[in-house]
Amino acid sequence: MSTTDQGPPDSGPDWETIQQSAEFTQLRRRLRGFAFPMTVGFLLWYLLYVLLSDYAHDFMGTKVFGNINIGLLFGLLQFVSTFVITSLYVRHANRKLDPVSEKIRADVEGGAK
Amino acid sequence: MNLAAIEGSNVGLNIGIFALFVVITLFIVFRASRTSKTTVDYYAAGHSFSGAQNGVAISGDYLSAASFLGIAGAIAVNGYDGFLYSIGFLVAWLIALLLVAELMRNTGKYTMGDVLAFRMKQRPVRAAAATSTLVVSFFYLLAQMAGAGGLVALLLGIENKAGQALVIAVVGVIMILYVIIGGMRGTTWVQIIKATLLIIGAFAMTVWVLGKYGFNLSSLLGDAVAKVGEGGEKLLNPGAQYGKTGLTQLDFVSLALALVLGTAGLPHILMRFYTVPTAKEARKSVVWAIWLIGIFYLFTLVLGYGAGALVGPEEIAAAPGGTNSAAPLLAYALGGTVLLGIIAAVAFATILAVVAGLTITASASFAHDIYANIIKKGKVDDKKAEVKVARITALVIGAVAILGGIVANGQNIAFLVALAFAVAASANLPTILYSLFWKRFNTAGALWSIYGGLTICLVLIVFSPAVSGKPIDPKTGKSLSMFQNVDFHWFPLDNPGLVSIPAAFLLGYLGTIFSKDRGDAKKFAEMEVRSLTGAGAEKAVVH
Repeated sequence: MSTTDQGPPDSGPDWETIQQSAEFTQLRRRLRGFAFPMTVGFLLWYLLYVLLSDYAHDFMGTKVFGNINIGLLFGLLQFVSTFVITSLYVRHANRKLDPVSEKIRADVEGGAK
Repeated sequence: MNLAAIEGSNVGLNIGIFALFVVITLFIVFRASRTSKTTVDYYAAGHSFSGAQNGVAISGDYLSAASFLGIAGAIAVNGYDGFLYSIGFLVAWLIALLLVAELMRNTGKYTMGDVLAFRMKQRPVRAAAATSTLVVSFFYLLAQMAGAGGLVALLLGIENKAGQALVIAVVGVIMILYVIIGGMRGTTWVQIIKATLLIIGAFAMTVWVLGKYGFNLSSLLGDAVAKVGEGGEKLLNPGAQYGKTGLTQLDFVSLALALVLGTAGLPHILMRFYTVPTAKEARKSVVWAIWLIGIFYLFTLVLGYGAGALVGPEEIAAAPGGTNSAAPLLAYALGGTVLLGIIAAVAFATILAVVAGLTITASASFAHDIYANIIKKGKVDDKKAEVKVARITALVIGAVAILGGIVANGQNIAFLVALAFAVAASANLPTILYSLFWKRFNTAGALWSIYGGLTICLVLIVFSPAVSGKPIDPKTGKSLSMFQNVDFHWFPLDNPGLVSIPAAFLLGYLGTIFSKDRGDAKKFAEMEVRSLTGAGAEKAVVH
């Protein structure tokens, strides 16, 4: 069961200790605390859009101004929400995730050699 | 009148512009090949592209003929329902951004199999990952090659099947050259050039269309409605395509699910995350991709309604190539022969580049997962031999793609791509997510989920109305199913996602808890720390 490509030799860092360290649990909490609720949120938002488009034709066909109806605006809002979530995540990752993960990585790679 | 575009189309010009693209890209691919010597070069371009470059390349890989020709055509003919495709294709990227891209970059090296094999039994899991990679790539390849045939009919005026087959073969051979000579580095450059051309082309046409309507979207929509005449109002409302019966509505939910969950399981997209040096660059590349892809889909909204308004749905549906011809016909209506030639060449380049991206992924999966890690049990001393195997595989896959493309010529592109998404969402995504986030997940769970999801998905496709048994359309005298004059369907939906995706998640869960294998806590600790921090991740190669 040897591998060509992964796993450092057995004498590598003690991963379990790092995994249980306060720093790492904080990093994991920050990642999951952002990514999981956000994923549930945008999936529900998307599903709402899909179901409305599928089953509420009259509502989606309501004209708002000119030939622009609710359905089109709702669809464009899906674009907006996608762009907004992307930007929020980048900001979160730059501020809350990267500094912690960089520190842990430096410790692991520095300590292992 | 229907053939106006063909008559207006200057075949020599179309071929000339396309040939120019091929010559330039081949030159770049040859240059790239000089620094592609090792496995890491061939598979992952030495992990040396920047986030921005890779982001553009991802959009190149993702914006296939289905996105450009398919969606614009669907909007032109079916109105709002075509727009729904682009929303699913875009929102899907958030899963890749939030849950998959960075963690995969940190734990793998070249393929999806690397990530799954991290803490599972190497050989069975890699075999499963390679199998599903090959199946997804095959469906996706078929879609692209089938689209190439239709495009040939439209742009080069080649109506007979033999002539089209010849052109499909030529396209296939060029694509194989890209992959074999340039490896991932060359293929990435091809994607970057193609994406740039495609986005600029779509942007120019969008501005042109909007300019004709004083940059007022509402009057463009009004004109699209007026062009149809009675009942044209339907174009603006959802339901023209999927609202007919309760069954088509359910089919739409199924499609929507496959689209949003499929992207993060597409092997040729996953593999792109390895062409950058770090997880942070992988994140940047997804952000670039989301912006470019989102903006492009906004363009297609304008192009679709623009084609509806300026060309008209009836003329589009009657043109050779059917709905796929909306964008080229619009180009002709706007800018005459020259713009048609440019857009035609861009569309060809699109197919060529996507096919190259798929081929390198499939060949890498075979050479790396099956040859190096299963047949050679991870003891390939001669890395050159591995690259050689990858190149031979690319040749075989290219040949299969050419044959498949000739057989599938004329099938609906967007439909075939939706099937590829359904397979990716069923066979790949559950295992990827469980593997990254669920400690208890084990080999049995991975195998149940991949093989189970794949089998259910494929069986449901074979016995769906898409393959057999749709009623005969009185206009064309043909059934919309793949096979005519037979009916062996029992599954009611065209797209299997609604059943196969939840089933694959469930199978992954059941397989895991029914197995005695409790998982290796140490291995999970290592995987989790590495995936979140990038410790010990593959570094860029300096040339």
